[in-house]
Amino acid sequence: MKLKTLKILAGTTAALLLTAGVATAESPKRGGILNFVVGSKIPSMDGHMEGTFGMIHPIRPFYSTLIRVNPANPSSTTDFVCDVCSSFSSSDDGKTHTFVIRQDIKFHDGEPLTAADVKATYDKLVFPPKGILSLRKKFFSMVDSITTPDKYTLVMKLKYPSPTFIPSVAMPFNFIYSKKDLDTHGYTWHQKNVNGTGAFVFVQHQPGAFVEGKRFDGYHHKGKPYLDGYKAISAPKMAVRLQAIRGDRAAIEFRGFPPKARDDLISALGDKITVQEGDWNCSLLVTPNHKAKPFDDKRVRRALSLAVDRWTGSKALSKIAIVKTVGGVVFPSHPLAATKDELTKIPGFWTDIDKSRAEAKRLLKEAGQSNLTFTLLNRAVDQPYRILGVWLIDQWRKIGVKVTQNAVPTGPWVDSLRKKKDYQVAIDANCQSIVNPIVDVSKYLGSASNNYAQYTDEPMESMHEKMSRSGDEAEQRRIMRQFEQRLYGEEAHIIPTLWWYKINPHRSYVKGWKIAPSHYLNQHLDQVWLDK
Amino acid sequence: MISAAVFADQIAMYNPEVNDFAAMLQAPSLDHIFGTDEFGRDIYSRIVHGARTAMLVGFTAAICGSTLGLLVGVTSAYFGGWVDITVQRVIDVLIAFPSIILALAIVIILGRGVGPVIVAITIPLIPNCARVVRSSALAIREIPYVDAARAMGFGHARIVLRHISPNIMAPYLIMLTTFLGQAILAEASLSYLGLGVQEPTPAWGLMLKSGAEEYAESAPWAVIFPGVAISLAVFGFNLFGDAMRDVLDPKLRDR
Repeated sequence: MKLKTLKILAGTTAALLLTAGVATAESPKRGGILNFVVGSKIPSMDGHMEGTFGMIHPIRPFYSTLIRVNPANPSSTTDFVCDVCSSFSSSDDGKTHTFVIRQDIKFHDGEPLTAADVKATYDKLVFPPKGILSLRKKFFSMVDSITTPDKYTLVMKLKYPSPTFIPSVAMPFNFIYSKKDLDTHGYTWHQKNVNGTGAFVFVQHQPGAFVEGKRFDGYHHKGKPYLDGYKAISAPKMAVRLQAIRGDRAAIEFRGFPPKARDDLISALGDKITVQEGDWNCSLLVTPNHKAKPFDDKRVRRALSLAVDRWTGSKALSKIAIVKTVGGVVFPSHPLAATKDELTKIPGFWTDIDKSRAEAKRLLKEAGQSNLTFTLLNRAVDQPYRILGVWLIDQWRKIGVKVTQNAVPTGPWVDSLRKKKDYQVAIDANCQSIVNPIVDVSKYLGSASNNYAQYTDEPMESMHEKMSRSGDEAEQRRIMRQFEQRLYGEEAHIIPTLWWYKINPHRSYVKGWKIAPSHYLNQHLDQVWLDK
Repeated sequence: MISAAVFADQIAMYNPEVNDFAAMLQAPSLDHIFGTDEFGRDIYSRIVHGARTAMLVGFTAAICGSTLGLLVGVTSAYFGGWVDITVQRVIDVLIAFPSIILALAIVIILGRGVGPVIVAITIPLIPNCARVVRSSALAIREIPYVDAARAMGFGHARIVLRHISPNIMAPYLIMLTTFLGQAILAEASLSYLGLGVQEPTPAWGLMLKSGAEEYAESAPWAVIFPGVAISLAVFGFNLFGDAMRDVLDPKLRDR
């Protein structure tokens, strides 16, 4: 047993050391097919309306974005580089942003890309017509107009200067579509069809099985991609994904494995496995449906939050799940995040769990819900949904609440949250790409299209508006605390659980890919190569 | 198994649904004779309580499936003609689907949980029982006492329920006991596929799934014990079915 532990420790150290010096001194090799596994299916292929890794991992390499996070420095919250633009600049008042579009870009169907395509894309994202879902529309609420003064210049004018604008543009979901496709086929065509300017050309999608792409020879980042192609293999079961890497049927899984899986892989494969780890801009939430009784009563919602012992849960669950950090509404290591002192003042984060649960029981009694029972809608994905679901049910049992679970596949889960809204309480996640707290917390606004709790809260809208317009970090921080207190404490609109922790063990021959604080970032794959 | 299901609360050493993070993934010991799972839940207690789920689903599905099959089979044989032809063609269609595929389709339509799982397992059992029962009923239909009952003016329902059905109890009971094992296995299969009962309810298939996913190598007890429970239950009910046949089949009785 001791020997095995030592072996794992030695393997981890070696692997992490290897990662630290990743490929900087190595020159990329060309060729090969990257096989990777994806633990979820593709609800649709339209990045503008989706928010799941199940779509972004297999589909992102077909598309470009206007700007993107620097692939060489994906952990940075401020390092953005051009993708389809050659330069971008902002006016002194921060209200006008000009993007010069490259003139050497072609769509996979051979049509050249111009500023008109980028404008058409952003018109869909920012001003979608009624009935067309743009999941990140709220992120662009500051945009006043989008114009193209000439064929290769795009100008976005803002109603007010906002520090969240550029990070929002860099989001990996903002696939650039062809104006011709949007005009000819309509705004829903991209849900099932692909025509991008990304590093890879779509070859085929066998639903539930795999997505295949091949190198786009006309890719605008010259010399890239290094790979001949890739195959994104759908494998919802974690054991299958793990064995796929172990048996070298796949080289990597970009979302993340639990600690146990990492240890097993290192133990079995030693230095053939490299591990990259880091904090993850993703947290799992409990979303009470405010339109379903008794969850319209904030006392009930607060009780559910007060019952959860996050501090103890963090220590235990981090051994078996991809969650770790107890945090507030902001990515834990960010300057805008709550300190532990500030956090422990919010109901639900108190360190005295007995006091917390006594208060929870009192609130339930007061609300006439001492024998509360409900069904928890969950996503049938092992990590961390299943684990957190079981844990939460156990936590709620401790205040006398009886919960049954309904874990369904991603499609019906999304459908229930987004369209049917037929759940009582659901597990949802706030997984963002770029760490940009003011944008990231916009999910908690009642007006956000990806907020499924069905509430309206004007004071929160107003706080968010103020943060978005403020250039002063101290002021942003102060308002963020009020926002957090109202969201998690006073109103308990949403019940937070734990922040995720990303662990990516992969075959050591996969080079050029760097872990980011999000499993959505750095997935264009144009910099990935195989050292075989 | 029946004792375990009935006296689960007395036999189990721990609450099967309560997490105990101080005892995560512990190997079998005096405190936890079958070890613990990743949530620190006692596997022995979960297996004992899992017998309840297995029995509830197994018995309900087997009894409902074989009883409905009995009624369908006897009715089909008794009326004959177009009723028989129609019923048999429907049965042909249902039998054409592998039971587990049919059950999967039904669960997807009805949703998850104990109720839908019982329905999903029951429906594929009906045609199997109906077909066997019909062949026995066809023979009994021709026996003079059925004609006598008809001549006395008894209604169809009375003849079917009181005069034919009791005389095909032997094949019915044999089918019933055979179905018990099948239903338990089907419940475990559906749970393993994530379509049966839901966590944290203790169910053998679900336990097998959770353990096999991540801990088959490092904590094999999380997989072995639920697997053994399923095997023993199915084996036991199959033996019971064989014994029933031996007792009820006159040809085998004296051997």
